[in-house]
Amino acid sequence: MSGLAKAEIAHRGEAGHWGNEVRSDAHVAFELRAEGGVEIGLESRVAAYYGENILAQARQVLAGLAVRDGHVAIHDEGALPFVIAARIEAAVRRGGLGQGRRALPEPVPLPPPVARDRLRRSRLYLPGGEPKYFINAGLHTPDAIILDLEDSVHPAEKDAARILARNALRSVDFAGAERTVRINQLPLGLADLEEVIPEQPDTVLIPKTERAQQVIEVDRTIAELKQQHHISRPIWLMPILESALGIENAFAVAAASPNVAAITIGLEDYTADLGVVKTPEGAESLYARTRLVNAARAAGVQAIDSVYGDVADMDGLRLWGQKSRALGFEGMGCVHPLQIAAVHQAFAPTLAEIEKAQKIVAAFEEAQRRGLGVVSLGSKMIDPPVVQRALKLVKRAKDMGVIQ
Amino acid sequence: MTTTATRVELTRNAAGRLVPISVNGKDQRPYQGANQDDPQGYKAAPPIRSCTQYPENGDKRVPDLETALRQCGLRNGMVISSHHHLRDGDRVAVMALEAAGRLGARDLMWFPSASFPSQSAVVDLMEKGVVHHIEGSMNGPLGDYTSQGKMRGVGVLRSHGGRWQAIQDGEVHIDIAVIAAPTADPFGNADGSHGKSACGSLGFALADSMYADRVIVVTDNLAPFPCVPWQIQGNSVDYVVEVDSIGDPAKIVSGTTQITRSPDRLRIAEFVARFLRDAGIMRNGFSFQAGAGGIALAFVDYLRRMMREDGVKARFVRGGSTRYLVEMLQEGLTDYILDGQTFDLDGVRSIAADPRHVATSPFTSYNFHGKGNFASLVNAVVLGATEVDVNFNANVVTHSDGRLLHGIGGWQNCLFAGCSILAVPSFRDRIPVIVDEVTTITGTGEMIDVIATERGIAINPRRQDLLEAVKGSKLPIRPIQDIKAEVEKICGGKPVRPRFTERPVAIVKWVDGSVLDTVWQLA
Repeated sequence: MSGLAKAEIAHRGEAGHWGNEVRSDAHVAFELRAEGGVEIGLESRVAAYYGENILAQARQVLAGLAVRDGHVAIHDEGALPFVIAARIEAAVRRGGLGQGRRALPEPVPLPPPVARDRLRRSRLYLPGGEPKYFINAGLHTPDAIILDLEDSVHPAEKDAARILARNALRSVDFAGAERTVRINQLPLGLADLEEVIPEQPDTVLIPKTERAQQVIEVDRTIAELKQQHHISRPIWLMPILESALGIENAFAVAAASPNVAAITIGLEDYTADLGVVKTPEGAESLYARTRLVNAARAAGVQAIDSVYGDVADMDGLRLWGQKSRALGFEGMGCVHPLQIAAVHQAFAPTLAEIEKAQKIVAAFEEAQRRGLGVVSLGSKMIDPPVVQRALKLVKRAKDMGVIQ
Repeated sequence: MTTTATRVELTRNAAGRLVPISVNGKDQRPYQGANQDDPQGYKAAPPIRSCTQYPENGDKRVPDLETALRQCGLRNGMVISSHHHLRDGDRVAVMALEAAGRLGARDLMWFPSASFPSQSAVVDLMEKGVVHHIEGSMNGPLGDYTSQGKMRGVGVLRSHGGRWQAIQDGEVHIDIAVIAAPTADPFGNADGSHGKSACGSLGFALADSMYADRVIVVTDNLAPFPCVPWQIQGNSVDYVVEVDSIGDPAKIVSGTTQITRSPDRLRIAEFVARFLRDAGIMRNGFSFQAGAGGIALAFVDYLRRMMREDGVKARFVRGGSTRYLVEMLQEGLTDYILDGQTFDLDGVRSIAADPRHVATSPFTSYNFHGKGNFASLVNAVVLGATEVDVNFNANVVTHSDGRLLHGIGGWQNCLFAGCSILAVPSFRDRIPVIVDEVTTITGTGEMIDVIATERGIAINPRRQDLLEAVKGSKLPIRPIQDIKAEVEKICGGKPVRPRFTERPVAIVKWVDGSVLDTVWQLA
């Protein structure tokens, strides 16, 4: 890491953003000094309300990072405490100090662990370097939020983003959404895991997965970190297949670990790998998507679709979601909170489907009660797999709140 | 109780606030409660004039504003009024005050129906002594100037209805009204719905035209007599001045009004629309009012979808009219728009062409000292606020750091609707909007029924009927204390309250002319 080496010599570091266009973030410039204690300069949009509070927090964070002498200049644009702490820590670390230490913000209660087969209709992507989107993300009721450390974060900002994501996992109430992190490809992703696993995300997304071995490596690293930090609750995996090879190995990837809860596809990279144009109809990826669904079913994990990138085209989104569900997917990604309601609607069973399933379930219960081995509805005999599917559909419809 | 601790004599009013008993040399009544009003006496009246004093051919034109002001008998210390229908595009108010300055006038009181950032030149006129102080809204640079204690007199903030009340009751005597008119004839009939500077209604200038000693109409679109329709009657007008331009059309109305894309704000808007539906307020023949802010526009969009779904029609909607209200009128979702001011081009076109889109004035809509007003006939109103406290008091005039920021507009008057809803984010950046105690009370919890935030809806416990009505609704109805506690947790504790000196820089009037609160000089 030549960048780090340079910073160590300079003993200066900067992190974060400020300016008229920036909201809910802060920029911190740190400079190590030989003596004279800690000196903090603060310019803040909210100085009138929280100036003293910010200064006190800054002193606390610096003490936590064992910084005794140095100058810290904070330009604050109304950043929340978990963001201020992350920006100071990133600046100090870039200045070559604070290694092996963490200055953690006030936690919110850790939500209960999520089930492996929980509802995953929508997952909302949150760019890892944009803290302003974090705090209210859960209010829009996505099934999952994704703190993205990969494609939305510039290579030079990876270190700062993973500290921010860690603080967000610890201090932001995501209102019951599955708390997931998209790490970078290995080996960079290992550093992401070291930072975020102690804050117990529910699920880790593994990008650009092509082989089972990648999953096994991430799984093993997580297991080690869990042991080290005395974490017993599950941390699920969701590999993202983004290449032709990945699709070819879909089943092996899905079956690589019992911790894999779902597999999904990244269509931008996949179509680029194929050398085809990505169209709104998606004919070019139909094979890959159906292959993925089949592999997921075979491995007993959920199949989750890619994102629909055109935020303005709500009709296109709905259509994509409906087709996606028809193919066997159980959910898809969202790049804007406004997409969430439409996606939930698209992945909900139709009332006709529910009605039919309820009839089958009723017939099944009736047969159970009467001790009959065969379930029949009218003159038709119902096969056991059909009963199973109906039971699952009714349960899902209840989970989604479509029926009581 | 009075206190002599400061140079200004103060008293504590029924809202628990310390207010001066005298302002700018005039005795003041402290606020007694929202509806504790018992006016006495008779309305003010302008001087009697004779038609013999005016040209028989009806041509009241003079060459320029200086001439008009001179012939109006401009003197030091006079009250000059203007209206704000041209919003941030207005050129006439500053033009008139500068002309008065060139004529040597000093110590004028400027009495606008609202001020805008483009009128910051008035700061220079105050520095030069031309303008003594402002009674009207003080926004942007004018607000800062006032908050820092640089204005010589004390600012007086009134609602649109309160301004009518003050003029009508003689609390403010307008010496010269200067009325910018997008269309006028030489007799002085004037209207806002046509012309290159068209702005829709001219209702805010109506009281000025009726009660001022002298009235000047300034237009950039002179029509031969008669100017039809006329909202301002030429029979009240002394002089007509033709100018090249009364304002910047781009800033008078916005070309298109845009709904917010912010998911948090859309969530608030949707909550409010669902609240109206679930509480049973949205029903055939109902009425509502919403402004032109991002949340309000989005609210209208959600509400009209729900009205379509449920087959519900409104009898009337009150504007601030926008494209969205106009579309509702055209679609048959409402029978009428009763319009106080017109915000966008669609609104301006509609009011000019559609007889169901009616221009109103603060007299018909808001005046508290009238025989009723429209505001209390409206079933629900959706408004904003800078701060709201746990007692459902709200602030619209100052920022939480104590700076004077906005005028009251029609906000106080609208609180008399059947259900008054404040649609606000629970915090902005890191600044809590739901607080223990608002910096400046602009409306009390006696009048405010519902606070809708992205984190849930709080209903004033005073409104058990509303709490009952939404039982069984899926809306997140929460105690306001809960929302406040959550916000303080997110923001890292309670915000520090601003520090002030003991000098009042402005007062906030209630709709009946009593003093509701004081804006203090920043320390």
